[in-house]
Amino acid sequence: VFIDLEGFLLVEAKFQMNYIIGAFKPACHVSVTFSDAKSRKQVPLKKENGQTVMVALFRSLENISGLVSVEPVLGKKVDHNGIKVELLGQIEMYFDRGNFYDFTSLVRELDVPGEIYERKAYPFEFSTVEMPYETYNGINVRLRYVLKVTINRGYAGSIVQYQDFVVRNCTPAPSINNSIKMEVGIEDCLHIEFEYNKSKYHLKDVIVGKIYFLLVRIKIKNMDLEIRRRESTGSGASTHVETETLAKFELMDGAPVRGESIPIRLFLSPYDLTPTYRNTNNKFSVKYFLNLVLVDEEDRRYFKQQEITMYRLG
Amino acid sequence: IEDEEKWLAEGIAGIQHNAFYLHRALDSDNLREALKYSALLLSELRTSRLSPHKYYVLYMRAFDELRRLEMFFRDEDRHGCSVGDLYELVQHAGNVLPRLYLLCTVGSVYIKSKETSAKDVLKDLVEMCRAIQHPVRGLFLRNYLAQVSRDKLPDIGSEYEGEGDTVMDAVEFVLQNFVEMNKLWVRMQLQGPLVDKEKLEKERSELRDLVGKNLHVISQIEGVDLDIYRDTVLPRIVNCKDELAQYYLVDCIIQVFPDEYHLQTLETLLGACPQLQPTVDLKTVFSQLMERLSNYASCNPELLPEFLHVEAFSKLSGAIGKVIETQVDMPIVGAITLYVSLLSFTLRVHPDRLDYVDQVLGACVKKLSGKPKSEVSKATKQVVALLSAPLDQYDDIVTALTLSNYPRVMDHLDSGTNKVMAMVIIRSIMKNKTCVSTSDKVEVLFELIKGLIKDLDGTSTDELDEDDFKEEQCSVACLVHMLYNDDPEEMLKIIHVVWRHVMAGGPRRLPFTVPPLVFSALKLVRRLQSEDGDVAGEEFPATPRKIFLLLTQIIEALSTVPAPELALRLYLDCAEAANDRDLEAVSYELFTQAFVLYEEEIVDSKAQVIALHLIIGTLQRMHVFGVENRDTLTHKATGYSAKLLKKPDQCRAVYACSHLFWADDHDGVKDGERALLCLKRSLRIANAAQQMASATRGISGPVTLFVEILNKYIYFFEKGNPQITPSVIQGLVELIKTELQTDGTTATTSSDAFFSSTLRYIEFQKQKGGVIGEKYDPIKL
Repeated sequence: VFIDLEGFLLVEAKFQMNYIIGAFKPACHVSVTFSDAKSRKQVPLKKENGQTVMVALFRSLENISGLVSVEPVLGKKVDHNGIKVELLGQIEMYFDRGNFYDFTSLVRELDVPGEIYERKAYPFEFSTVEMPYETYNGINVRLRYVLKVTINRGYAGSIVQYQDFVVRNCTPAPSINNSIKMEVGIEDCLHIEFEYNKSKYHLKDVIVGKIYFLLVRIKIKNMDLEIRRRESTGSGASTHVETETLAKFELMDGAPVRGESIPIRLFLSPYDLTPTYRNTNNKFSVKYFLNLVLVDEEDRRYFKQQEITMYRLG
Repeated sequence: IEDEEKWLAEGIAGIQHNAFYLHRALDSDNLREALKYSALLLSELRTSRLSPHKYYVLYMRAFDELRRLEMFFRDEDRHGCSVGDLYELVQHAGNVLPRLYLLCTVGSVYIKSKETSAKDVLKDLVEMCRAIQHPVRGLFLRNYLAQVSRDKLPDIGSEYEGEGDTVMDAVEFVLQNFVEMNKLWVRMQLQGPLVDKEKLEKERSELRDLVGKNLHVISQIEGVDLDIYRDTVLPRIVNCKDELAQYYLVDCIIQVFPDEYHLQTLETLLGACPQLQPTVDLKTVFSQLMERLSNYASCNPELLPEFLHVEAFSKLSGAIGKVIETQVDMPIVGAITLYVSLLSFTLRVHPDRLDYVDQVLGACVKKLSGKPKSEVSKATKQVVALLSAPLDQYDDIVTALTLSNYPRVMDHLDSGTNKVMAMVIIRSIMKNKTCVSTSDKVEVLFELIKGLIKDLDGTSTDELDEDDFKEEQCSVACLVHMLYNDDPEEMLKIIHVVWRHVMAGGPRRLPFTVPPLVFSALKLVRRLQSEDGDVAGEEFPATPRKIFLLLTQIIEALSTVPAPELALRLYLDCAEAANDRDLEAVSYELFTQAFVLYEEEIVDSKAQVIALHLIIGTLQRMHVFGVENRDTLTHKATGYSAKLLKKPDQCRAVYACSHLFWADDHDGVKDGERALLCLKRSLRIANAAQQMASATRGISGPVTLFVEILNKYIYFFEKGNPQITPSVIQGLVELIKTELQTDGTTATTSSDAFFSSTLRYIEFQKQKGGVIGEKYDPIKL
């Protein structure tokens, strides 16, 4: 009966260590630290295993620099054919899990083949990296950025260490942002006019608007506003569309009569939204919709869906 | 209903359950949990299954919990969230009803914190609450809003008054909340199945106080002065189309706002009334308004000019007229009730303006005319009230008599009511001892009470209850005595008028109405006596002679009844009055009439006895007659006496006749011989009676007659009738004694006692000595 109280689920910041879990005891510890780690913002990221970790947040065209440190397990030496660090932007389709499509790939060679006896740190830098897409965890698709350190060991098997980071790109507020205003209805049954103050909302925005009842011949029980996310993956015939309802917000309780106008005020901050991604590398798109749903006393639903554009405000 | 109890119990349980967790969250200052559980708790109020009454119980439970929550919100140190943020935070709740309860709660804290303008918060709250369109839930939510905001309005002098926050904002807020609540309330009747219409109406009226409370709040706002009330508040309130609401609201307005405002805004208030739905109980509304205004006026007499200035009367009267005109279907009862209210208003506020009163009555006549009596009769009570009002007010029927429309209203009553009303009028006159003093007024008055005076519309008096009829006629009789004028001429006119009306009353009424009229006329005659009546001559109408002439006519009217005994009495009374005026001929004529009646009409022997004694008694007091006339009359009287049927009656009448020959006053007749003759004759009759008794029943009758005669003897003896000697008395005493001895058994104790006390008297007189004592001396007992 009760609608989820997602609104009250405040985002909890939990820091969790990044453990390397493996069957074999590795020969060395590899870690990546960013040079501005102390000042850089950390954001939560949900891993494949379901755990949420805090990772560094970057924007496109930032310099990504840091240290890769390799520390052999005490008393062991590491033979290698070279060490490199890669910056990868990857898209993974879940129907093709494990197969990453790299849309960005940059490499820095860190060391020539040799041996390491003790802890050794390699500075690296990728300057003004173009990262046009944001980190995204969807239903059928994932977009991630990762630093991949490879210690090439030939026959012994390379040691690979990943360090995730999150990319979010802010956009300036759109210069044109019209309201959405529309009259809809079913003839001789229900006529409403609704208005959302904007067509483009930033992620912490507030949707303000109103619904004006022009004609009411049905007994309405309540009215909700839903935020729906539509994720399409693939292209052409193999396009796959997945829609999920991220928010269900009750706007009205009871049956209005003609002439009533019902206010809308929906704060977006409690919901886990992303900007609208129109076309991410021809692989997928993510779009947002506001769905106005009226439910009558016989539980029939009348709804009208309107696309809104989400953007991330700088 | 059982189900409802169950649902209520479930709801309460739900609230208690969540309240437990809420308290725990509050105790540990956990904002997130507090919000979560308060929202869950408030979700119980989302039920649609409870009647307003039960819902209220649930609401009160939730209300208590919200008080705690509010305390928590107020303390930023406990939850670490600024009230501004809190105001946003609570709006994240997914369900609208809990969200709005929380918003109102935080909103009140927000205003109290003064971090933002009260106006903005209030405006936002009242606007956001629109989201609840369910009547009951919406009403309670808005009631909550009203309750938490009540002490935070930016009223004049309030701590929340500021640059941007004025009393107008306070008014605007309350008004808007009121308008919305009213809409919800009105909408209730559209909800639910039609079969439960009655139940629905009941539920609605249970909820109306929630709506009305807003008006109360407005009236409590200091800053609402007449201007704001007139220009902002009132127009918004009266702008409502639902009947139950209209009635209640206008009622509310009248109750909660000062009378002064009503007086100044009469036009607006009244202007709204004709627009009210036809079924609205306007009469109650109007009566209340007028009641209030008239109280206001009577408590503050200095305001009267103000009433005149705003033309209160003409506005009210106009409005009522309009209402009646527009609401064609209004039953006549309603219309008359309205007029009654208006009338009582007029009487209390403008008691001096008879023209107003008459105007109201005139309007009534207009309304009543053309309506069939059957319809009017439904409004009987109201019409009676209408007509009684001026009587109560003026304590004086005379005032009412000057109202030209008064009788016209009465014309519309059916005969029964007409009588009731007539009784009211008479009672009013009697109560106030009002003297009706001119013939014109009397004329009007009798026109008013004609229901009592004569048969109307062929309704026969036969159907009437005898007691009622008597009571009515006795009232009329009383009334006749209230008609009085010091001027004999006018008084005579009055009598003529009354006579004319009374004549129409028919034989059944005359016995009641004639005597008071006769006595009224006699009173006039007596008054004339002190003046020089006859000298003025014939052109002066009020001469005793003329009055007696009239009296004869009046009494003659009784022959149609017939009521000979009554007529006889009246003749005798008149004769005596004529005697006092020294009108021998008139007196003789009246006596003659009485004798004629006696001879021709009075046949019952008992009645004859009574009549005869009356004749004798009256005749004895007459001094106006010359010897001849007197002889004729006394002779007749004695003759009648001897012809009575029963011996004892004969006996008594004859000894009474003895007085006719012996008037005690000094210049009266003193014919001792004839007086003795009468006594002797009565003695003979007594004797005969005695013998007759013993012949028929074997026992002789009582000696009472003898004792009575003895007493007469003693009377004349003392008065100095020379014919009565001590020996005669002695003889009679002896006679009685023998009678008693020979027939001791039959002597009744009463006659015995009578005799012995007579003897004791003689003994007493003997012993007293003096002139009388000496006279008695020869008598030996």
